[in-house]
Amino acid sequence: MTTFPIEQIRADFPILSEKIRNKPLVYLDNAASCQKPQAVIDSIVQVYSHEYANIHRGVHTLSVKATDRFEAAREKIRGFINAASHKEIIFVRGATEAINLIAQSYGKSKFQAGDEILISAMEHHANIVPWQMLCQQMGAVLKVAPMNLQGELLFDEFEKLLSAKTKLVAIAHMSNALGTINPVEKIIAAAHARQIPVMLDGAQALPHMQVDVQALDCDFYVFSGHKLYGPSGVGVLYGKQALLESMPPYQGGGDMIRKVTFAETEYAGLPHKFEAGTPAIAEVIGLGAAVDYLNRIGLDAVAAYEAELLAYATEQALQIKGLRIIGQAAEKGAILSFTLDRIHPHDIGTMLDSLGVAVRAGHHCAMPVMDFFEVPATARASFAMYNTRQEIDVLMAGIQSIIEVFG
Amino acid sequence: MFDDLRDLYQEVIFDHNRNPRNFRVMADANRQVEGFNPLCGDRLTLYLKIDEHVISDASFQGSGCAISTASVSLMTEIIKGKTEAEADALFHQFHQITTGKSEDIQLEAIGKLAVLAGVREYPARVKCATLAWHTLDAALKNEAKSISTE
Repeated sequence: MTTFPIEQIRADFPILSEKIRNKPLVYLDNAASCQKPQAVIDSIVQVYSHEYANIHRGVHTLSVKATDRFEAAREKIRGFINAASHKEIIFVRGATEAINLIAQSYGKSKFQAGDEILISAMEHHANIVPWQMLCQQMGAVLKVAPMNLQGELLFDEFEKLLSAKTKLVAIAHMSNALGTINPVEKIIAAAHARQIPVMLDGAQALPHMQVDVQALDCDFYVFSGHKLYGPSGVGVLYGKQALLESMPPYQGGGDMIRKVTFAETEYAGLPHKFEAGTPAIAEVIGLGAAVDYLNRIGLDAVAAYEAELLAYATEQALQIKGLRIIGQAAEKGAILSFTLDRIHPHDIGTMLDSLGVAVRAGHHCAMPVMDFFEVPATARASFAMYNTRQEIDVLMAGIQSIIEVFG
Repeated sequence: MFDDLRDLYQEVIFDHNRNPRNFRVMADANRQVEGFNPLCGDRLTLYLKIDEHVISDASFQGSGCAISTASVSLMTEIIKGKTEAEADALFHQFHQITTGKSEDIQLEAIGKLAVLAGVREYPARVKCATLAWHTLDAALKNEAKSISTE
């Protein structure tokens, strides 16, 4: 852990010096949203102070400048996930909108009644509900690959569910409620062997590991900016160019057209075809700054540091009597979801908050996961690259005290 | 360690959470309503026996946080023997006290329910305290089989 520049990183995030209820903030709700480094905050101030206008339209200087910054951010993000072309990077509001786009554009135009979409038992509602909506519209069928009690995908069962009817596999790269990292290489190989495309929900995975969409050979990869130390309100749909070309637009409006008459409209080419209306200009530029920041630190170093944090937190948690870890996959990201005997997660959340510790308490937008583990909710501490062992000590001491006061 | 929380987690609340009162299925109930708080997963079933507009018995089953468990436990104690109109008046008083919308909050009017008044400082937890009472409201109106705080 000594080589990781943790002190420098912490100093880059102004919010980490805040006091919450007169205690130093211990922010462990990173799977819900990450805090922002000064570089991201500065980039947004810079846009609005010096470089802001609408993009792709004006001939005036500011519009050209804003367009350059916006498209430069697209190029940074292309490089970050190693997409083959900037045309494959579509800006949307977040991972949720990206999945809805795939369902309503790709799914609606290519699936037929009886076709199947295969997801897993550990999905976020964002990777369940858009498919259920599509199934209702088309008569398609949603299939769910099961997991075991450690929270690991049962790969053999997954493979058995792949059939001639399967038209898309849509699966979390990393589970938000459990931390499980799915064997995406095997999943993609098994699906591609049957000519089935694969969408990965990378909202949780991308902040914690280097992702190369070409090496993975996934067909779609979606993620949100706000979980990647960037602004909220922006996310990315990556899709292979040929697939995106074959899909109809998702929304109509300005910026996505080449020529409009009242009789017909000729659509713009990629990526603009899927970017109707004025996008989140400053947020996209801010996301570009977040990617620059992460590149400077290096995601491999982040992954190694976070793995040590998780190992330490897990070891400490297992020593607490009455604490049950929900999600104990062998391959796991920096998420510690847990319950305490006879103490509801909401009480845990409120009590930890009084100590300055921010955790999530609830179903984590994954109610089927809660049902599977037969818990109404869990408390979840999720770590980021700016968290420390000392913060985990504060968390564990807090949990011990809660157990004492509940008696 | 939790000094800041003394207004929210009073000893009475821990007591009712550890030993909830009237925690049983009521076979001869003539009103039965489910209450659900989807945000936290609190779930309860409220049973009432109402004879001639008087609540002669009240009980519940379910699971939830300490605030919601104590709230429903205290409620079943306090409404027993009350008329439907009296219970309805208590619902409105309780709602005002926990949401802090009334200027002249009179804690003495609600007796020992006052221990739950502390939730008004914790907006994220108000629904935990009010779930039981919204469920009671539905049971008194006799119009729903299940209610949700969302």
